[in-house]
Amino acid sequence: MSTRYFGQPVKRNEDARLLTGSALFVDDVELSGMLHAAFLRSPHAHAKIISIDVEAAKARPGVIAIYTAEDLGDYWQHGPLLVPPPPVPGIVFNLRTQVPLAKGVTRHVGEPVVLVIAESRYIAEDAVGDIYIDWEALPVAAELEAAARPDAPRVYPDIPGNVAAHAHQKRGDYGRAAKDAHVTIKRRFTYDHGCSQPMETRGVVAQWDNKADKLTIWDTTQAPVAIRNGMAAMLGLSERQVRVIAPFIGGGFGPKIMMFYPEEVLIPWVAIQLNTPVKWIEDRAEHFFATTHERGQIHDAEMAIDKEGKIIGIKDVFLHDTGAYDPYGLTVPINSQCTLLGPYVVPHYDSMFTAVFTNKTLVTPYRGAGRQHGVFVMERLLDIAAREIGITPAEIRRRNFIAPDAFPYNHGIIYQDFTELTYDSGNYEPILDQVLATIGYEKFLAEEQPRLRAEGKCVGIAVVCYVEGTGIGPYEGAKVQVQASGKVSVVTGIGTQGQGHFTSFAQIVADACGVDVTNVEVITGDTDAFYWGAGTFASRGAVVAGNAIGQAAGLVRQKILATAAEHFECAETDLIIENGKVSLNGVPGHSITLGELAGMANPMRGAVAPGTEPGLEATSYFGPPMGATASGAHAMIVEVDPETMMVEIKRYAVAHDCGVVINPLIVEGQVQGGVAQGIGNAFFEDLVYNDEGQLLNASLADYLLPSSMDVPRMEMTHTVTPSPLNPLGIKGVGEAGAIPVGPLFAQALEDALQLPKRGVELLDIPLSPSKLWELARNA
Amino acid sequence: MSSSDFEHEVKLSLTVNGRRYTRTVEPRMLLADFLRHELGLTGTHVGCEHGVCGACTVQFDGEPARSCLTFAVQAQGHAISTVESLAGGPGKLSVLQEAFRECHGLQCGYCTPGILMTMQAYLAQHPDPTEAEVREALSGNLCRCTGYQHIVDAVLLAAKNLRAGAAA
Ligand code: FES
Ligand code: FES
Repeated sequence: MSTRYFGQPVKRNEDARLLTGSALFVDDVELSGMLHAAFLRSPHAHAKIISIDVEAAKARPGVIAIYTAEDLGDYWQHGPLLVPPPPVPGIVFNLRTQVPLAKGVTRHVGEPVVLVIAESRYIAEDAVGDIYIDWEALPVAAELEAAARPDAPRVYPDIPGNVAAHAHQKRGDYGRAAKDAHVTIKRRFTYDHGCSQPMETRGVVAQWDNKADKLTIWDTTQAPVAIRNGMAAMLGLSERQVRVIAPFIGGGFGPKIMMFYPEEVLIPWVAIQLNTPVKWIEDRAEHFFATTHERGQIHDAEMAIDKEGKIIGIKDVFLHDTGAYDPYGLTVPINSQCTLLGPYVVPHYDSMFTAVFTNKTLVTPYRGAGRQHGVFVMERLLDIAAREIGITPAEIRRRNFIAPDAFPYNHGIIYQDFTELTYDSGNYEPILDQVLATIGYEKFLAEEQPRLRAEGKCVGIAVVCYVEGTGIGPYEGAKVQVQASGKVSVVTGIGTQGQGHFTSFAQIVADACGVDVTNVEVITGDTDAFYWGAGTFASRGAVVAGNAIGQAAGLVRQKILATAAEHFECAETDLIIENGKVSLNGVPGHSITLGELAGMANPMRGAVAPGTEPGLEATSYFGPPMGATASGAHAMIVEVDPETMMVEIKRYAVAHDCGVVINPLIVEGQVQGGVAQGIGNAFFEDLVYNDEGQLLNASLADYLLPSSMDVPRMEMTHTVTPSPLNPLGIKGVGEAGAIPVGPLFAQALEDALQLPKRGVELLDIPLSPSKLWELARNA
Repeated sequence: MSSSDFEHEVKLSLTVNGRRYTRTVEPRMLLADFLRHELGLTGTHVGCEHGVCGACTVQFDGEPARSCLTFAVQAQGHAISTVESLAGGPGKLSVLQEAFRECHGLQCGYCTPGILMTMQAYLAQHPDPTEAEVREALSGNLCRCTGYQHIVDAVLLAAKNLRAGAAA
């Protein structure tokens, strides 16, 4: 296979449409006679619904229908469990999933209670204001630690202590091993991860076609196939009667793959009831309450080290806030538990967590999906350990890396994909060396920092490392087909939210089929175009779908060669495929276009020979046995203004290894965007709740997303350790940038303000100028 | 047609992307909704409806403006331009749009129309900006995907190409 496009910074096929405003997003769908939905949502975190009066709303001109939970009849069902708990011995798991409309009680602010359908969104919202509900407020379980107490107000009357789950994983014998420790470090860490805030909120449009007996749903989902299957089952339809289209999606980052959001369940049902298309588009205020968050964990962690700074073992007990429902099982806390181990050898590990129900929006994975929390604990423990034995943060990491000849490396605990946590491949020291060289670590510590400090400047440096489990199963598939036009189409079931799939997938096919990359048309996110698939999550699109596409394209290449060999009456080895043509090697003028070959492969006369198929087409599936582990290191130099505690990032360096890269431009973009979200998480974004479970900063004016002034230019280097788990050698990259930024900030700011000398350590994320100011003042 | 209070609707005439439109609208209708749902110009995106994200930015008599904070009736007699007007014809891209493609200045593309409308107006007035100036001019537009670096690169490249074009 030539490698004309694979590995190149190819410009994106999808850009022209997006740049000219002609890409279709869900809210762009306009259908004749379409009605509009608005929801009355709970203003209380926990309350009984005594009565609902919708009469005034019903009387408003332009209102078509109003639904409460009672009006849904049998259609009112709890949502499914998406990810069952992993097979960890002794695991406790209490399943409580969300409902379409609250019945009798609401468990978080923003939970939908009444659905209004009207001729316009304006009228629908007016009518929401006409509805009167008699509420009886109930005691609220808001703050995580308070909610976990045995006597805390209960989110569910039958669950004391609000225990959603409890899991204990062990390797070795920490208690015994820790007795030989040179030093044992023990701290409490809190890590809050905010919410994803894609620029496009969620939305659903549904249309029932009575004549075709078919439902079409446009949905801002990352998993159209799973939505199709679920909706068909709920509505009592066959899968073939339901078409789910996830068109261009304005960013997802995890929360757009919840199943099922109440609105997703309701809008298609209403469209069938009323036999009229219905649209619901979430507004930004709703998004803060109704789209899932990730939020916080509290870790009581302990690390035992020997004289050299080598880790003997880690013990961690943590609480995880899962919100009012737990349809995602234990994905997030299991990720925290596993990813904590990072690129390091940890001979003894004892980790126990309790997931806790609270009266807050439900928690599901958001870019990183709990990995941040674990990485923060490990990296901070290492920083403190380094200080205790008098070596640099860089040096303690180096001393603890898993050796390059130790792969595959099995940590002996269970990961989110239910396999034993095993790293497929990796080589961590060169990555650390790269990032240190880029940032000029030694020189900064030896020369620049002392000089700048002498000038009175508060400058600090930091370096952290991480791994990221990516590209997990179960599988994805793809169909590649040469069109009579000579273009090649590739359809796959995953959704796409800006990751450049229209280009990276096209690159794979272009090389295999010998066409220009702009002549490969990628179709994703339409269940009528491709039936099978799982979805875009866990940095798996390029790994899993990419390899399925690679296989399918390889099969099509064989068919192209076979058809051409027959045509030229030659051996396949005499043929060259390039520029959309197959030519006879060394015989100028003897060539045939792929379009012509596609026509020959679909003859109008004669029979298709037994064991063959018409057309130049192939479908293939790929499922990796387990996830591929990517890794990286970030380094940063900051200057802090000691008066305002505003932080200026002077330099930011990233070294990472995501295996073989299809398109370095896209990979860079993914890492940069991830780092930006990491910076937001570390220093800007904070979901502020009061004791009543009210979110106090639910607007983009108060929940601060980083702007172009806050995100620095990044200096990036790559190493490539191919994954042995897939033919293309790819590892995922979607979440990498976002994962290690919290501990990086903490280390850099401690260094800049020389906080440890003043008895202050930064053990909580997010930080902010005001939090820093408080901590420094109390030093 | 809506069965709600017709008597409250008012007549609106304006120019959008060089074309004159006359419609009847409720005074409370946002310009963003008018452009998107009445005129079908869905290239203008709505991200927050409270003036923070900049996704809805259009040009109002040539100046960038938030169409989510503007009522359609405020555009009476004015000229609006949207992202659909930038390329100058099917199959074409403007210098700025081309630079975004060149530099990978967009991922999901949801923020992009607002950023293009903001920066197109900015470059017209500031043909030779520094990186710091571009970052400042961009700071009213949120992008959740890119981390901004490639957007900044794209704007700087467009400025350079526009200057070269003007000099030629
Ligand atoms: S939608 Fe207008 S500024 Fe966000
Ligand atoms: S490209 Fe997705 S928000 Fe900017």
